[in-house]
Amino acid sequence: MKIAVCIKQVPTREWQPRLNDTGTWIREQDVSYEMNEPDAYALEEGLRLREKHGGEVVVCSAGPARVQQVIREALARGADRAVHVEDDRLAAADAYTAAVALAPAMAEEKFDLVLTGLQSDDQGHAQFGPVLAATLGVPHSTIIMAVEIDGARMRVKRELEGGWFQHVTMPLPALLTIQSGINQLRYATLKGIMAAKKKEIRKAAPPADLPAGLKVSALYVPQKTKQTVMIGGSAAEAAAELVRRLREEARAL
Amino acid sequence: MILVIAEQRDGRLNRASWEAIAAAQELAGAEPVTVAVAGRGVNAVAADLAAAAVARVLTVDDAALAAYTADGFVQAFRQVIDAVSPAYVVFPHTYQTRDFAPALAARLGRPLVTDVIGIKADGGPAFSRPMFQGKLVADVVLQGPAPHLVSVQIGAFRADAVKKGAAPAAVEAAAVTIDAAAIRQQAEAPFQEARQAVDLSQAERIVAVGRGIKQQDNVALAERLAAAFGAELAASRPICDNGWLPMERQIGSSGQTVAPKLYVALGISGAIQHLVGMKGARTIVAVNKDPEAPIFEVADYGIAGDLFEVAPAIIAELQK
Repeated sequence: MKIAVCIKQVPTREWQPRLNDTGTWIREQDVSYEMNEPDAYALEEGLRLREKHGGEVVVCSAGPARVQQVIREALARGADRAVHVEDDRLAAADAYTAAVALAPAMAEEKFDLVLTGLQSDDQGHAQFGPVLAATLGVPHSTIIMAVEIDGARMRVKRELEGGWFQHVTMPLPALLTIQSGINQLRYATLKGIMAAKKKEIRKAAPPADLPAGLKVSALYVPQKTKQTVMIGGSAAEAAAELVRRLREEARAL
Repeated sequence: MILVIAEQRDGRLNRASWEAIAAAQELAGAEPVTVAVAGRGVNAVAADLAAAAVARVLTVDDAALAAYTADGFVQAFRQVIDAVSPAYVVFPHTYQTRDFAPALAARLGRPLVTDVIGIKADGGPAFSRPMFQGKLVADVVLQGPAPHLVSVQIGAFRADAVKKGAAPAAVEAAAVTIDAAAIRQQAEAPFQEARQAVDLSQAERIVAVGRGIKQQDNVALAERLAAAFGAELAASRPICDNGWLPMERQIGSSGQTVAPKLYVALGISGAIQHLVGMKGARTIVAVNKDPEAPIFEVADYGIAGDLFEVAPAIIAELQK
């Protein structure tokens, strides 16, 4: 089975946002990056399916040269090879643009199954998977918590809200967006890191015309909806003040 | 004209549909609003929706849509949109919308902005949405020809703000043909997993723990804090993903929604998926080492500090 896993490089969780001079995007020179966490779960699921059914896992990513960091990491965790659609215009691409950019290089590969995370930790559009499926012309299902493959069909467990689930069956080839927590992640071993250096990364160019549907006119720190009382001092002082306020002011104890 | 896509399951309206109508009415100004709903046996739902001050309610009633599938709903709403040519299409940002609306947008070749929390009339209009885990908000302007698609975050617009009509709106069947053979997904009936009796929605006080707790062994500290408060212990999604607490103790869009008297968020940054599950709490306390964490935007009381120092100090104070 030929499995693709689409991954995105996103700012680390510890990153403190700083804006560019026009207040329309982040200051990229300040950012350190990591693999989008939901995509890490998709990668793990791809590796497990390969262990069960055989075949190969090809990691696919769109972005400027810097995204090779997360491609190498995915190869170190066990992906067999990679497709990198490289273009500086993709640095801040929205989900639709990234899907359109990746689709031609992925269509050539004729994957049986495409996996990706349910959304990205940076822009969080939660659109990339279904848009890529529609562009590739394959069926899809989203927010998946279990995958069972039986020949040319598969049955998946789709998460609904509030603790509900649903099984959905569809033919392959198909695309799934994977929910975090579907499996336990493995990390790269030293052997994996060494092996990754020899694995192939095929570079491809995106189509000349990329859609530009969403324009960010302003980016800013959210306004507080509440008057938050920030309690300072030592841990003991803060604790005493908090408990006093919860008893006397909020009457929550 | 603005089109709202309402959501129902087994003849029961998803309440988030009203929030989408409220958003559409705000966006519409003097423009008419039309509501569409798809499924099997949707007339009662359509009659409910007709109470809103809208031009009409369109139904797509087809046996092939009895169970939701992405392919079925893309087919149905693509035809509705082609027929009514709206300027905007507004959805509630439910898991169902997340499943089909991006594919619908791709088929239409039109942009979709998701998870919208506010609409700014000037400049486009611009749609405000969280980005970077809620650390920032972006104002997004949609480019290119109509229709533009918009999904609104659950709880961001008020269902009780929906303007009601003097008389019920007309309910009409939309002229849509569903090709059942072209639906590739087959959906089974929704189910809940057998779960232990943890109903966090009834808890008066909740202590919830997040990534800041760092490792499984430290969850015991959160447990002791919960005991000191006389509270139930809960968690944000990553803690349950790691298996450190069972999934049934998860608060947020994929877990439980709670509104206790007191909610103590311990090492939770406050991603939007968590906030939607707890922002209705009467008093919210947040302890987080990052003073810029989004959780402080909804907190009544905040302590920006090391939870491994602050939590033991609170326990000691409560035991005095």
